[in-house]
Amino acid sequence: MADRYIEPDSPELRARWGNFIWTAENAEKAKDVVSRYPEGRQRSAVMPLLDLAQRQVGAELNTQGWLPIPVMEYIAAYLDMPVIRVVEVASFYTMYNIAPIGRFHVQVCGTTPCMLRGSDDLLETCKSRGMKKGHISDDGMWSFTEVECMGNCASAPMVQINDDNYEDLTSDRLNAVLDALVRGETPKAGTQDPARHTVEPVGEPTNLAAMTTSNHDYRSEW
Amino acid sequence: MALADKDRIFTNLYGYQPWNLKEAQARGAWDNTKALIERGRDAIIDEMKASGLRGRGGAGFPTGMKWSFMPKQPPLDQAGNPKPSFLVINADESEPGSCKDREIMRHDPHLLFEGALVAGFAMGARAAYIYIRGEYIREAETLFAAREEAYAAGLLGKNACGSGYDYDVFVHRGAGAYICGEETAMIESLEGKKGQPRLKPPFPAGAGLYGCPTTVNNVESIAVAPTILRRGAAWFSSFGRENNKGTKLFQISGHVNRPCVVEEEMSIPFSELIERHCGGIRGGKDNLLAVIPGGSSVPLVPAADIWDAPMDFDGLKAVGSGLGTAAVIVMDKSTDIVRAISRISYFYKHESCGQCTPCREGTGWMWRVMERLRTGDAEVEEIDMLQQVTKQVEGHTICALGDAAAWPIQGLIKHFRPELERRIADNVREAAE
Repeated sequence: MADRYIEPDSPELRARWGNFIWTAENAEKAKDVVSRYPEGRQRSAVMPLLDLAQRQVGAELNTQGWLPIPVMEYIAAYLDMPVIRVVEVASFYTMYNIAPIGRFHVQVCGTTPCMLRGSDDLLETCKSRGMKKGHISDDGMWSFTEVECMGNCASAPMVQINDDNYEDLTSDRLNAVLDALVRGETPKAGTQDPARHTVEPVGEPTNLAAMTTSNHDYRSEW
Repeated sequence: MALADKDRIFTNLYGYQPWNLKEAQARGAWDNTKALIERGRDAIIDEMKASGLRGRGGAGFPTGMKWSFMPKQPPLDQAGNPKPSFLVINADESEPGSCKDREIMRHDPHLLFEGALVAGFAMGARAAYIYIRGEYIREAETLFAAREEAYAAGLLGKNACGSGYDYDVFVHRGAGAYICGEETAMIESLEGKKGQPRLKPPFPAGAGLYGCPTTVNNVESIAVAPTILRRGAAWFSSFGRENNKGTKLFQISGHVNRPCVVEEEMSIPFSELIERHCGGIRGGKDNLLAVIPGGSSVPLVPAADIWDAPMDFDGLKAVGSGLGTAAVIVMDKSTDIVRAISRISYFYKHESCGQCTPCREGTGWMWRVMERLRTGDAEVEEIDMLQQVTKQVEGHTICALGDAAAWPIQGLIKHFRPELERRIADNVREAAE
């Protein structure tokens, strides 16, 4: 099982987050989320709402966002479910941050397919920039985690930073992405190989060549 | 003979063209779906059975048969009202090496939504939930947007496609738990709980989501259904060997010159797949060490056995492995094979849900021993002990995660025992010096 550290409840935490409520925009979104599930089954909405709350906290703090206990209590009350059930869910799923986090959460995939393509170099690159696993950098910019397979294996190795994936990385390409983030830019997501579009074999197409230039309809050839 | 482009189902696999409804329709999606539905439940299921499609999520259970398990007459709840049925689409693609459903969802989501309607109708479902893994953030955004398009065009919702059938599709995001790819864990998660698998029986077709009849299918299995129905079972079953029919998305990662995702015929020999689409093994054929042919859960296959093997369920079973999700992880001779498998052991340790003791404790124990074998800091007897422990985990847990953690290690011991022994001997000698 994954080791998790949960930020304990404290008077300071309560003072800061005890009055958490949805923003007007998120209140609408929350209503829409709950409507996806049958009547009386609103508890199903706990995962999307935790994500929404984490993003709202993140927007306030200018970080990726995390879930203080008082915020979980708010979700529990909103969905009419026991607080412990919300905490259980938040601590079970690794994408919920249950302790404070940095501006950018650098998640390097280290599972075998990425490892074979050089994820060790990426981990080294992060370390050489002063990142430390499970810690926030002193300037609050970076949190750094080695994560398990992210499902980008045909464009490995990859890193996910907040909502975007950066694929086909080398140490240099990762440094370029991180430098761009430091400068406040938004680097292009997806593959960082200039010769590649997405997950096609790089170079001369081996299949579906007609699709590269036009929205080809193959039905006339059936 | 290669699979011709005209016989590919996922023509926008690489995303060169937009995913949007208008472009997807121009490629053939949502083409008179009403007519497919008018064939009726039984005709659709019979066609799917005849096509020979086996589930694309790893286990390879025949898809048409799975759909036929759903009750024809809905069971009644305690108040005597009929219970709704649900289709749950498994988009929690997390098996190391697997990266095919992502391409379907971000580049051709309308194939998935159309399949969701057809499949849901065939099993009498009221609604479908697409459970997409949390890390697929941009892919989920595409799904939400494509869903809006389909609703706005009247393809989903009340009187879907003008068929008279009311049908909803919802997208539900996970949050980073591999175990939710197990069908009953996925149902638990959808109900707002920790994703811990349920004991079976009852099977989901009897009591699944909210206690209602439920079928869980992989994204690829659902997304291919409309094309199969349009082109006919005979077309689909013209590809691949008996019992292994159809086309399939292969995902080749690791030490090949051009890693990629590609749709090919089932039963294509490994060598052909690699030579045609991946530019061969890095450093040439002779540099191949071993292949994990179906995602991290299946045992590895040494170079000599895999080269001519047909890439299908039976062909890979014959070499002691499995097709799984057709996630082909290629390792050349530069690979530290023990570390590669040990890293997979770490993955299972990390992803064990903690419910069953043999898995919760066993995955951590196996990983720690694997790490010692990696450095040679072990006794030779421990190789056999590890083998025995994998046998004690395998088959003694509620879900297959315990098995999945055991098999890669068993494959390593079976094929690379001399390498493990060499490391131990080297370590002993170095200590003596």
